[in-house]
Amino acid sequence: MKTATKLWIGLLALVVLSPLGLILPAKLGAGSAWGEWSAEEIRKLVGYVPSGMSKLGEVWKAPMPDYAFRGQESAPVCTLSVSYIIAGMVGVAVVATLAILVGKILAGRENNEPS
Amino acid sequence: MHIPDGYLGPQTYTAAYAAAVPFWVIASRKLNKTLRSKQVPLLALSAAFCFVIMMFNVPIPGGTTGHAVGAVLVAMLLGPWAACIAVSLALIVQALVFGDGGITAIGANCLNMAVIMPFVGYGVYRLIAGRSDTLSRRRWIGAAVGGYVGLNAAALATGIEFGIQPALSHDAAGHALYAPYPLSIAVLAMAVEHLLLFGIIEAVVTGLVIAYIQKTDSSLLYHPAGRITSRGESK
Repeated sequence: MKTATKLWIGLLALVVLSPLGLILPAKLGAGSAWGEWSAEEIRKLVGYVPSGMSKLGEVWKAPMPDYAFRGQESAPVCTLSVSYIIAGMVGVAVVATLAILVGKILAGRENNEPS
Repeated sequence: MHIPDGYLGPQTYTAAYAAAVPFWVIASRKLNKTLRSKQVPLLALSAAFCFVIMMFNVPIPGGTTGHAVGAVLVAMLLGPWAACIAVSLALIVQALVFGDGGITAIGANCLNMAVIMPFVGYGVYRLIAGRSDTLSRRRWIGAAVGGYVGLNAAALATGIEFGIQPALSHDAAGHALYAPYPLSIAVLAMAVEHLLLFGIIEAVVTGLVIAYIQKTDSSLLYHPAGRITSRGESK
């Protein structure tokens, strides 16, 4: 098997294992990454929600926030894990497609270059 | 390390976009000259790998989480300019589709993880690997150390961007308008967690993948122009 094929298989295995990145922090009581708190968390930390933050924080509504479906904010970890894998599949497909498009455009002129 | 919307004021996120754009332009020009069609699948694989590895949040028990990025690994396969493009694509999709990192902060997040990280990490790798053989131990050791230093450089930059916010924008009562912690706290928090844990995760991921590639197909390792032909080596 070609190394590239093996690497793609390895990548898909990582997507299937990705809920570990959700389950382990939940089991070990780890919260948000530093500097990535919700408004509610920030109010607990510093006692207020910075005014610019509450305005700017709403500029974009992502279709799959936090690698889950909309409305799953309080879903159990096992449901979120399934969403996480789906989000991983969607993300890999979108990122790889974009990279192939960008790569094809950029590599398109190779005929002009000595190989 | 994905700065959300609302944590950076307009001066900072505009400046970060202004700093990132030239790198995107130069990276596109460089790849226009050097990227070959047969490398495009590897570019796609690299970008997708960075996307997925960032989903593996590693917990500090009772504390925060962090993750590896993979930018230095990509730089070792395709060069730092291609790594800039690959990681930027992953970060842009994370922000737009998954709300991981803000829209206004795409410039800053790309500057940290798609510019500073691959270039610093790749520089360290080159220093350690030198002109060693592609199968040499110095390659994977350089990869691990490069990953460690690269991620920490990105974390430091992120800490500085967070930390300058309260001084740049605050109201009459002294309340910050954006990220609330001062430079000393923001830099310390970002530095300590990445020096002690997340940097080590990045080192292990980068070193392991490079060691695997050395064993299976070392031709995948990036050769800066001139290096390979000057030695007449084609492994």
